[in-house]
Amino acid sequence: MIARLMTLLLALGLALPALPALAQTGPLRIVIDEGVIEPLPFAAPDFVAESAEAQQYAREISRVIASDLAGTGLFREVPRDAFISQITSFDSPVQYADWKAINAQALVTGAVSVSGNRLVVKFRLFDVFSEAPLGEGLQFGGTTGAWRRVAHKVADQVYSRITGEGGYFDSRVVYVAETGPKDQRQKRLAIMDYDGANIQYLTDATSIVLAPRFSPTGDRILYTSYETGFPRVFLMDVGSARRRALEDQPGTMSFAPRFAPDGQTVVFSLTQGGNTDLYGLNLATGARQRLTSAPSIETAPSFSPDGRQIVFESDRSGTQQLYIMPAGGGEARRISFGAGRYGTPVWSPRGDLIAFTKQNKGRFHIGVMRTDGSEERLLTASFLDEGPTWSPNGRVVMFSRETPGAAGASALYSVDITGRNLRRVPVQGGASDPAWSPLLP
Amino acid sequence: MTPFTKFLLAACALGVAACTDPGQYGRGGYGAGGGDAVAGSPQDPRSPAYFQQTVGDRVLFAVDESTLSDASRATLLAQATWLMDNPEYSAIIEGHADEQGTREYNLALGARRAASVQEFLASRGVSPARLRTVSYGKERPIEICSAEACYAKNRRAVTVITAGAGA
Repeated sequence: MIARLMTLLLALGLALPALPALAQTGPLRIVIDEGVIEPLPFAAPDFVAESAEAQQYAREISRVIASDLAGTGLFREVPRDAFISQITSFDSPVQYADWKAINAQALVTGAVSVSGNRLVVKFRLFDVFSEAPLGEGLQFGGTTGAWRRVAHKVADQVYSRITGEGGYFDSRVVYVAETGPKDQRQKRLAIMDYDGANIQYLTDATSIVLAPRFSPTGDRILYTSYETGFPRVFLMDVGSARRRALEDQPGTMSFAPRFAPDGQTVVFSLTQGGNTDLYGLNLATGARQRLTSAPSIETAPSFSPDGRQIVFESDRSGTQQLYIMPAGGGEARRISFGAGRYGTPVWSPRGDLIAFTKQNKGRFHIGVMRTDGSEERLLTASFLDEGPTWSPNGRVVMFSRETPGAAGASALYSVDITGRNLRRVPVQGGASDPAWSPLLP
Repeated sequence: MTPFTKFLLAACALGVAACTDPGQYGRGGYGAGGGDAVAGSPQDPRSPAYFQQTVGDRVLFAVDESTLSDASRATLLAQATWLMDNPEYSAIIEGHADEQGTREYNLALGARRAASVQEFLASRGVSPARLRTVSYGKERPIEICSAEACYAKNRRAVTVITAGAGA
């Protein structure tokens, strides 16, 4: 288990201080050089139902946990028909030999009880090969309607105990749900769990809506709508779906909004007379500040997690490139210098990386680079990939992928920042412009 | 005002699609940009249909460009003349981009294209108060093959005639 865990940590790019010592041992070195990761096998037997009403949730909760973990590409579920032991009581001693025999290195057990509409889930995580629990047992409570969130919270704990990183499963994604062909596409704002479950629509399809963005606490959304006939930035309260236009100056367009980490300031693009610049708006006072003043296109702003800087795209050099400037405006430094065009930069929640869309030689890529532009890494390639958004822990980016031609449609995908584990997010219908929420409270 | 235009304006007030722009796309309709019916008879030189079909309601752009070609200038000169002759109408100029580009950039690029047309028409004497602009970026292509033949038609600015003499 320890060797496996170290392999996993190394694959995640962690535990670097220990690297020189580890590099002297054969197997780990091979793993690093080959860039291969062997997913860690785990067993997630059905949770024990502690009451009749809990029956329907117990199995489903263990399935959601297993799906969260396996979906990262870092874990592999041992098929349940291979199990020798069954878990029939949460407190019975674990038969480690039975789990070793099927090579389950981690074991997640749990129990569910329901009373009325209240659901309580207890769980334990075991390191099978060291025959010991990994961390304390924990319990989470919620309403029965929120059972999937409780499952995600357990999975976040398991992920976090084994990788040493924050989880990202108990989170939501706001996106644009799409129907119809490219020339008559209908767009609605929608919100769902990170894994595509529990879709709710926030707008109808009467107006084009684009690029929603969460507030730092996930309770509000900024987006662009053609409700007035012209693109305007709107602010919506997620709970009530009440909305208001932030900008409504005749003769202008506003779009590409993004919250500052303080949740009070908004940056966006404003177009006047064909020229697009960046502006800041204080939501409390209504005070507006012009941040750029150039004849070029300045758009797609995103704050650093400390709120001090803004990364954005501009074609001031002649093509779309990425720049960083102080949050109050001022001198901008260019950070993208590779071949092609760069757009839609988004600062990682950890602060270390910028995700972006790159266009080069007729292909689109999602990539990441350090904030000084070094170590550019392209994670994907397709006819049209765009608009990355970060998982709350900064390990995964989600983006839109549009397929070509008359039957072309848009779907959401996610990929690890290592470039591994490209997956289509299972959303019903077309989808674009995802924005990932922070971890829910 | 002729009886015919009075009829048209009344129709607009009732919300006939071709007249109620802005928002032929934005409000969920798919109008002139896609070639749907426009008010009036194409045989009547004072009708929006004539403007669309005979004067020519659109100009095309090169990749990532918003400069006007000679052919575009000729079309826009005819548009300016028509607008000067028909002061009871205003126009909304829609800027569009092809799908090769990111969403935000294409919105800004469409705005540049619409502004190029607006500036040209104003420079030929059309009151700026009669000319509004909107960009749809890559949201409303008229051709949907993913090839240059379609992209070339999608990189466009369309002058959509609306009722009223402007603000």
